Amino acid sequence: MRNERDFPHQDGPGAGQGVGARLPRKEDDRLMRGRGQFVADIRLAGLQDVAFVRSPLAHALIRGIQVPERYRANVFTAADLIGVNPIRAVSGLPGFKISEQPVLAVGKVRQVGELIAMCVARTRAEAEDIAAAVTLELEELPAVYDMLKAREVGSALVHEHWGDNIFLETNFEVDISSALDAPIKVTREISTARQCMSPLEGRGVVATFDHRLDQLTLYSAAQMPHVTRSGLAECLGMEQGRIRIISPDVGGGFGHKGILLPEEVCLSWLTMRCGHPVRWTEDRREHLTASANCREHHYKITVYADRDGRLRGIDCEATVDSGAYSSYPFSACLEAAQVASILPGPYLMPAYRCRTFSVATNKCPILPYRGVARTGVCFALELMLDLVAAEAGLEPGEVRLRNLIRPEQMPFDNITNKHFDSGDYPEAMRRALAAIDLEAVRARQHRGEPDGRRIGIGLSIYCEQAAHGTSVYSGWGIPMVPGHEQATARLTPDGGLELRVGVHSHGQSMETTLAQVAHEILGINVAQVHVIHGDTAMTPYSTGTWGSRSMVMAGGAVGTACRELAERAKRIGAKLLQHDLASVVLQNGEVRGVNGSVGLKEIAHTWYRRPQDLPSDVDPHGLEVTAGYKPQRDSGTFSYAAHAAVVAVDPELGEVEILDYVFVEDGGVLVNPMVVDGQIYGGLAQGIGTALYEEMPFDTAGQPLATTLADYLLPGPTEVPAARLDHMETPSPYTQFGVKGIGEGGAIAPPAAIANAVNDALRPLGVELLQSPITPHRIVEAILARREMQRGAA
Amino acid sequence: MKPAPFAYERPRDLTAALSLLGETAASAKVIAGGQSLGPMLNLRLAAPELIVDISALAELKQAEHHGDELVLGACVTHADIEDGRVSDLTRGAMQGIAANIAYRAVRNRGTIGGSLSHADPAADWVSGLAAMGARLTLRSRGGTRIVNVEDFIVGALESVLRLGEIVETIHIPARSPSAHWGYVKSCRRTGEFAHAIGAVLIDPNAGKARVVIGAIEAAPIVLKDPLELFGGHIASDYKDRFDARVADAILVKAGVSNAAQRHIHVSVLRRAIREAAA
Repeated sequence: MRNERDFPHQDGPGAGQGVGARLPRKEDDRLMRGRGQFVADIRLAGLQDVAFVRSPLAHALIRGIQVPERYRANVFTAADLIGVNPIRAVSGLPGFKISEQPVLAVGKVRQVGELIAMCVARTRAEAEDIAAAVTLELEELPAVYDMLKAREVGSALVHEHWGDNIFLETNFEVDISSALDAPIKVTREISTARQCMSPLEGRGVVATFDHRLDQLTLYSAAQMPHVTRSGLAECLGMEQGRIRIISPDVGGGFGHKGILLPEEVCLSWLTMRCGHPVRWTEDRREHLTASANCREHHYKITVYADRDGRLRGIDCEATVDSGAYSSYPFSACLEAAQVASILPGPYLMPAYRCRTFSVATNKCPILPYRGVARTGVCFALELMLDLVAAEAGLEPGEVRLRNLIRPEQMPFDNITNKHFDSGDYPEAMRRALAAIDLEAVRARQHRGEPDGRRIGIGLSIYCEQAAHGTSVYSGWGIPMVPGHEQATARLTPDGGLELRVGVHSHGQSMETTLAQVAHEILGINVAQVHVIHGDTAMTPYSTGTWGSRSMVMAGGAVGTACRELAERAKRIGAKLLQHDLASVVLQNGEVRGVNGSVGLKEIAHTWYRRPQDLPSDVDPHGLEVTAGYKPQRDSGTFSYAAHAAVVAVDPELGEVEILDYVFVEDGGVLVNPMVVDGQIYGGLAQGIGTALYEEMPFDTAGQPLATTLADYLLPGPTEVPAARLDHMETPSPYTQFGVKGIGEGGAIAPPAAIANAVNDALRPLGVELLQSPITPHRIVEAILARREMQRGAA
Repeated sequence: MKPAPFAYERPRDLTAALSLLGETAASAKVIAGGQSLGPMLNLRLAAPELIVDISALAELKQAEHHGDELVLGACVTHADIEDGRVSDLTRGAMQGIAANIAYRAVRNRGTIGGSLSHADPAADWVSGLAAMGARLTLRSRGGTRIVNVEDFIVGALESVLRLGEIVETIHIPARSPSAHWGYVKSCRRTGEFAHAIGAVLIDPNAGKARVVIGAIEAAPIVLKDPLELFGGHIASDYKDRFDARVADAILVKAGVSNAAQRHIHVSVLRRAIREAAA
């Protein structure tokens, strides 16, 4: 069912390499041979390793830090970091309360794993020995471990001077009173677990100082090197020109590698203090217990609908556990603010109210994880849609079809002023229903399973706003607001092309896809197109890779720069051909006129190596262009997908098996459909993790309980089914080539589709599960609770 | 995640190993396949001063028949059993357990004696071997003693091993022609530790059975004469006579207070019994 599209191409040596080609990834040659270079692969002369003394308690006053005399020179605490500023990520939204995250704890600790002291030694093992020899005197305080209890008056306080634990409260309301008389009213509490992002490669930092350049160089596994530089400069009180951030190969980011780490600040300070390079590599326990958390949402939600399943409105109170500190640059409120703005989903919604709370707790900061708030929102909304369908006595697919924004309404502004650029959402849903074969599944359900399991079918559909720009982010007023994206395109003297972009790949394959964009315009073979990214010294400023923006924004900038480069090449080529500029075209890597043609290679050679052959009135701007790009509207592209899952649930053991999984995805014009497929399958794996496996529980003392991968379960090859993927292709009217961002979608819809399938399977038992992950224990618990209730009633 | 400093010895024979373990005043740990101890060292949950690596001891890799008994050395790996490199008197029961332990990479290195010594209640051998009625020879510099598997593990990560003592051999009785075997476990995902194990050896002709409910966060429940589970006697209809309420009561008595957990344990046990009867 894969839709292999054939994009029109020119003939010639570079044919089949442009926009739409399923081109093998250029990156894979080194990555598949183990020749990638990640931060932990970097060896610098004199490098020493750092281990941190981290807080063992979630909330405590620091009464003393005892460093054995023999280790005095190896250990640094906040008292040493004179002049280093705390990390501050302030939102401009009214009422936002500011947290200051000290890079090494001062006075008190607010989460398990918070950095207290930095230990440096020849090896990591020795540094860990030193860290183990440092003793802490901590006075434990009551922990704020539950975001709902944290909202109550009298709760312990994470930041005492606030007076409460609320980073930000928002309220959005349109016409909710008009929905209240709806005949169907369903109210539930729905929640998603706290998760860890778990990229294959953790964070890592190597810091060194270059005296010749008077420059701090920080190698960091980072998605947004330019933003990291700005944040680092603010913390260190340094000029940004004296800092260079290099992000080498990055093994997955998902948002975790977007934030400024206290470890980055610490190591930067340390290399300048010690005079030798230093390294810290995040280990898996640090990742699980001390670093990135995400996804923990709670919804108290009411959906109003008519008897025919048409939605009348949503009333919701959403709470997000933001953790102890506001992370740089996304802030502690991005997640909840996004909940309020996207909860209506891709549906026609006449009335809406959403109150949100971003709550501080004694946990790691919450970060935007692939899909950001959308995964939680989709989970809440799509579970509610199924409950509305059950109330209305309709198929869940039918209820969706009756409420989805229709193609003839595009472009469409919804109730929260989200501007849907294009798409046919009902068609995606219809295709998904056909592919999963709803009737056959219902018939199988009716027959029953010989092994006693129960079959269920679940749907979900979402929209993914991507590449949202200035107009969206300026409203949130966080430290990072994207503007025009820039790219530099330089023809090399041998006719190759260098592209410099400020976005960075943590698995997005941009060395291939941006080369395809350049090929589409210049006709240069992608083998001769070299993408340079991940280095603030070599690339134009960019907010980096986040929000599924790179193909739209950097792809647009590359296209713009290449078009300008094409014009310049044509001007030179026309001169060489002794033609009018107006009478030549650039085709297939050649400037062609009626009398002949001249290749880009020859044009480049002439410009750089034989300028004596150029006429005196040649355009002096040369063959290097930096161009900026923004889509015609910067409110974002809207890709979307309908997902359908069939599961078998074992009601005795609570085990769930995914029998079939279908997605119908519309990401606009796909630059490289194979790369898109990879993104979607990878997202599915993470979505399955959210649905069934991943959870970081905390006890009442604020201790994270899943401290190793034996307890924090990630899906593996046997847990991810061979899903079936179909593409639709509705171009965005606003972007170059009609592309849309699609990097996150795969991870958004699976939890909802799988939960709906489980609930569909268990509906005859009167059981519903409204909390992720859906574990065997939760399933059995729900079934037993229902039985107990029925027994009580009888 | 680097271990604390430790001394390391890799003796060439068992006597030398036992001497090292018996002589040292320092805290010592034995390592064989290292599949449990390795992570614990890296997490600094274990910080011994000395590690004695017994993986070079040929004496502990034997697999022999002694009459009606298979005797396996402690350093036989799960993969040795899975692949049939050691012989079998259980008619595939041992192989069935071994083939589903964790992942192949773990099975390649992990040893049967190491798994038992680690005494993780969720591990397979502590339950499976208890159901088979296996015994262990424990050896120290001072001599040997023999214990039943069910008496060996006394709690989570707790066994009766004394300082300086190691598991030397595992004695697995032959499965009689009339004995049925069932082994079922429930795991959150492939390769993870089980959260419920049911292991049964039922001989309807002899009217006897051994039933194990494992992975209960404490030593497995081993029922050596479980007539009550089958309404008072064990015969060819044992599958239909299984009484889930009795099993549930046994779990309550063992301190498993969570009803959903008990439900899963009882369901897994029922399946093990069905598998035996199949």
